[in-house]
Amino acid sequence: MAENKAGKQTLVFKKKIVLMEAASIVGPKEGQGPLAQYFDLILADDLLGEKSWEKAEQRIMIDTIRLALGKANLTEDDIEYFLAGDLLNQIITASFSARELQIPFLGIYGACSTIIEGLALGASLIEAGFADRVLTASSSHNCTAERQYRAPTELGVQLTPTAQCTVTGAGVGILSSQGTGPAITHATIGKVIDMGIKDPSDMGTAMAPAAADTLNQHFQDTNRTPNYYDLILTGDLAQIGSDILRELMRKNGTLLGTNYNDSGIMVFDKKQGVNSGGSGCGCIASITCSYVYKKMLAGELKKVLLVGTGALLSTTTYQQKESIPGIAHAIALEYLG
Amino acid sequence: MVTSLLMAFLVGGFICAVAQLVMDLTCLPPAHIMVLTVVAGAVLSGLGFYEPLIKFGGAGATVPLTSFGNALTKGALVEAQRIGFLGAFTGVLKEVSLGISLAIFIAWFTALIFNPKG
Repeated sequence: MAENKAGKQTLVFKKKIVLMEAASIVGPKEGQGPLAQYFDLILADDLLGEKSWEKAEQRIMIDTIRLALGKANLTEDDIEYFLAGDLLNQIITASFSARELQIPFLGIYGACSTIIEGLALGASLIEAGFADRVLTASSSHNCTAERQYRAPTELGVQLTPTAQCTVTGAGVGILSSQGTGPAITHATIGKVIDMGIKDPSDMGTAMAPAAADTLNQHFQDTNRTPNYYDLILTGDLAQIGSDILRELMRKNGTLLGTNYNDSGIMVFDKKQGVNSGGSGCGCIASITCSYVYKKMLAGELKKVLLVGTGALLSTTTYQQKESIPGIAHAIALEYLG
Repeated sequence: MVTSLLMAFLVGGFICAVAQLVMDLTCLPPAHIMVLTVVAGAVLSGLGFYEPLIKFGGAGATVPLTSFGNALTKGALVEAQRIGFLGAFTGVLKEVSLGISLAIFIAWFTALIFNPKG
């Protein structure tokens, strides 16, 4: 019998595994959004003087990692494992960043849920006694992701109202078996759920059922209700997807109140012309590692449930007219002072 | 003068509005819309509807992509009448040679100067 398991899909961390440091860097557009004051650094130029958008995204990830290490007074040698992923084919941002950092690396992929997957896996490594310090990172760049998944950015195609705007940014979290900070107490690993949505410009709708399934499972496994948390943050269903999630949860008898929000809604202002909202690995990652982390340290949020949602499509499956599978992982962060 | 401006606006606007509606209602990507408009122009031309449209709407009918389809069909028909069956193939690109050659030249020149990143 697995000792650290609750219910069907939830990991229970008995050790105190803290998010000892977190850092985020975002692009200029995100820096004009409502959360600007929480990000550690807002880039003036999203190309960062690099020759390609891909190199720029790697630079953002590496810089965010070094920023987090600096804030924590650590060096790369102090980190035992580096877990990271991103949206690009063969997760090149993560592996090329690992090439520069020289920390033992495990590449992970859960689309926009990657950072939550990383935090859950990192906490598991520490819980099992394999490590004391694990660094997890995730990033996205508007110009690399929009081109890979949709159309060349220079083509300037029209977007539908359901489309989401990929966030340029990265979030980095350092997990530790010692120190202070918000502790990861639970992680609920989600199933891949596909309700047959085929429109890659409507990923919020495709991911909402997976988010609902993971949320329901989390509440069932932990015997908690949504009211237990000060904030339940999905990321990133954006406006359309989170409305559908509320409806799906309501039908299941769970009401999501004002303590529910979505990172795709929070990151941009509606006036910024982003249609349904933000998306991308960097969206919930940068918000978790800035807004959520800082609010928890300030004591304004004590119990937070983070639900990373990923659309697991590729351009090949889309061109072959396959539907879009969705996944959602949840972690509970608790900081009781 | 004012009448021909108005007619060009109405005809061109109508063609663009139809393409926009197809785009919004079908979720087809832009490349498909481009091919559809060219094919639509070619078919309308073959049925003899496009020349009257140009007389009526002027630049409103010659500027949108449908005009490219019209030129393809026109070239094919003219050559077919002149030299027979094979002319339908040799003539296809005759009318549009300027547009295609210029597009290739400009694309080549652009690629030489700029380095696309997105």
